[in-house]
Amino acid sequence: MKRLFAQLYLWLLLALLYAPIIIIGIFSFTESKVLGNWTGFSTELYTSLFSGGAHHSLLDAIKNTLTIALIAATASTLLGSVAAIGIHNLHGRKRRIITFLNDIPMLNPDIITGISLFLLFVSLGVSQGYTTVVLAHIAFCTPYVVLSVMPRLQQMNPNIYEAALDLGATPFQALRKIIIPEIRPGMISGFILAFTLSIDDFAVTLFTKGNEGLETLSTYIYADARKGGLTPELRPLSTIIFAVVLLLLIIINVRAKRSAKRNQVM
Amino acid sequence: MANKNTIIKIEHLSKSFGDKKVLDDINLEVRRGEFVTLLGPSGCGKTTLLRTIAGFAQADEGVISMEGHDISAVPPHKRPLNTVFQRYALFPHLNVYDNIAFGLKLKKVPSEEIDSRVRKALKMVSMTDYEDRDVNSLSGGQQQRVAIARAIVNRPKVLLLDEPLAALDLKMRKDMQMELKQMHSTLGITFIYVTHDQEEALTLSDTVVVMSEGKIQQIGTPIDIYNEPVNSFVADFIGESNILNGKMIRDCEVEFAGHVFECVDKGFGEQSPVDVVIRPEDIYVITNTENAKFTGVVKSCIFKGVHYEMFVETDKGFELMIQDYNAFEVGSTVGMLIKPSDIHVMQKERTCNSFEGVMTDSTHVQMLGGEFECQETGLQAGDKVTVRVAFDKVELLDYKEDGTLMGEVHFILYKGNHYHLTVLTDDGDNIYVDTNDIWDNCDLVGINIAPKHLRITKRV
Repeated sequence: MKRLFAQLYLWLLLALLYAPIIIIGIFSFTESKVLGNWTGFSTELYTSLFSGGAHHSLLDAIKNTLTIALIAATASTLLGSVAAIGIHNLHGRKRRIITFLNDIPMLNPDIITGISLFLLFVSLGVSQGYTTVVLAHIAFCTPYVVLSVMPRLQQMNPNIYEAALDLGATPFQALRKIIIPEIRPGMISGFILAFTLSIDDFAVTLFTKGNEGLETLSTYIYADARKGGLTPELRPLSTIIFAVVLLLLIIINVRAKRSAKRNQVM
Repeated sequence: MANKNTIIKIEHLSKSFGDKKVLDDINLEVRRGEFVTLLGPSGCGKTTLLRTIAGFAQADEGVISMEGHDISAVPPHKRPLNTVFQRYALFPHLNVYDNIAFGLKLKKVPSEEIDSRVRKALKMVSMTDYEDRDVNSLSGGQQQRVAIARAIVNRPKVLLLDEPLAALDLKMRKDMQMELKQMHSTLGITFIYVTHDQEEALTLSDTVVVMSEGKIQQIGTPIDIYNEPVNSFVADFIGESNILNGKMIRDCEVEFAGHVFECVDKGFGEQSPVDVVIRPEDIYVITNTENAKFTGVVKSCIFKGVHYEMFVETDKGFELMIQDYNAFEVGSTVGMLIKPSDIHVMQKERTCNSFEGVMTDSTHVQMLGGEFECQETGLQAGDKVTVRVAFDKVELLDYKEDGTLMGEVHFILYKGNHYHLTVLTDDGDNIYVDTNDIWDNCDLVGINIAPKHLRITKRV
């Protein structure tokens, strides 16, 4: 009896959590303009989403979101990995301070990060647009990459870098041939994390996108909703984004499990 | 002028981590083709010395030269030597072949040559047919073999080995020791080997370098080190030994354990205090007490495989460890004999504590990071003084807060009827203490010295 209640509670919770996304998913396969009206199965909304036409600005927003995410994730993976190697080689107090400083931006509310970046760009007289959004995204993604690369470095046998030098590798060769392959799984996880964080972001983007008409998906939807009524094409779009994010999450989890298994064998 | 045969020469090498001196004026010459072992307890500086030779650590002072060239400033990847690390340090993402070929590929050796050299190296370490194996799937012993192959394939002039067998079990370690010795004679490469295992050092080496607290205590062949230790640290660290306080009566005559013995040592002067070392296998036990030099009662007798290990309390109250092929009944009285040539006499490193201090007033002295009360000296505040304290006049207390100073028991030497302790104070000074109480290594203790036992003389 007790177990039945526990089960029921769990499923109720899951249903509540996933109901909105499931509803959107279901209603993305109908033509109705109003959410909640089922007018028969159709993939019309999917076709119209990708054929553009009337929703040219939506496609632009998708394109911006993806390119910004790609650039930001790549840049923050590079910066974050280098930073992680640097932090790993620090000791004692210095290391604790830097790790602490790395943690703060992750705990800081997005809205604060957004406002402070906005003020920074304004005070530096930088005109806001695509570049500032990319810079802002790099800024808030990098700490997460550091966080996902650090454990790989800590697991690494501290002697293998020295072993590479000992065998005649220059410090740069040792980094490229030994350290990078060792931390690569952490870098990939960090990249995926940064990519999803960037796509997901609204607050920081809103404050750094300027007023030259640059929209990412999240800001586009926000503006669209304020104009009154959501474009029906957002339903298939949300469904696709959800599916992609789900896929990425599964990949991250499978990778984590695999590396845990590998470590057990070792 | 450096000998032509010298491959590595280390001169006045010193290094500190913070306040702690890990290497203290190290001087060492290694001959070409020699098997040299750096031996000492953990924290004695042996690994730091090896890392400095490899180039992973920089010395604060001193010169390391190789074949006559100063290599102190050469980065590790340009030094013509290779290292075998304690925890193997194989590259986990490369297979056995690529691990071993790593150094050769960097040197742009043609691939056919790499191939033949890797195979030869694998054969050398008895790992033929393991080329394609994932290194993570190998056992500890196999990983260590690959690590050795990875180093020797580069044909280094000197091979550095940092406790390469420490992580292996006993049986495997013994086998690998023999293989390493074999490899050393086949390859003709100079080996510098770090270990804390004295038996390993004695088995493998041509030359043993005994280190303690960043200093070289003794350099010699295994036989020299065992039979002629220069001080009580070496005697205690290498093998089992009875170390007793003694007095040299005159040349070839020494008194210890309450008896006068004939010995072969000379030149210590008359009536001078010395340390006497007798190995447990060098004391002969006989049941006939009349022909014996001295007698004692067997306190314990344990079978150790080849021999029995006994503790005997002598007629004058000294406890001796004795190894004999025969067992003697516990509680029985036995006679003992020692051959003159088996008595090893060593100069005492010190006969009393000596500290430098400053008077704070005529009855207080500041030293060792604390203020001690003393008897009226008639000296003035600020006078610089030398303070001497006999070993047995230093009082150790269970509760470290109760003492004038705090310290940590650092090294314990049993002298037959008392313990000689080295206590390290918080400020890094050593205080030597004779006591009958039993302390353990690393015990935290309080230190007190009664005012009347401080013997103060003014320094000029």
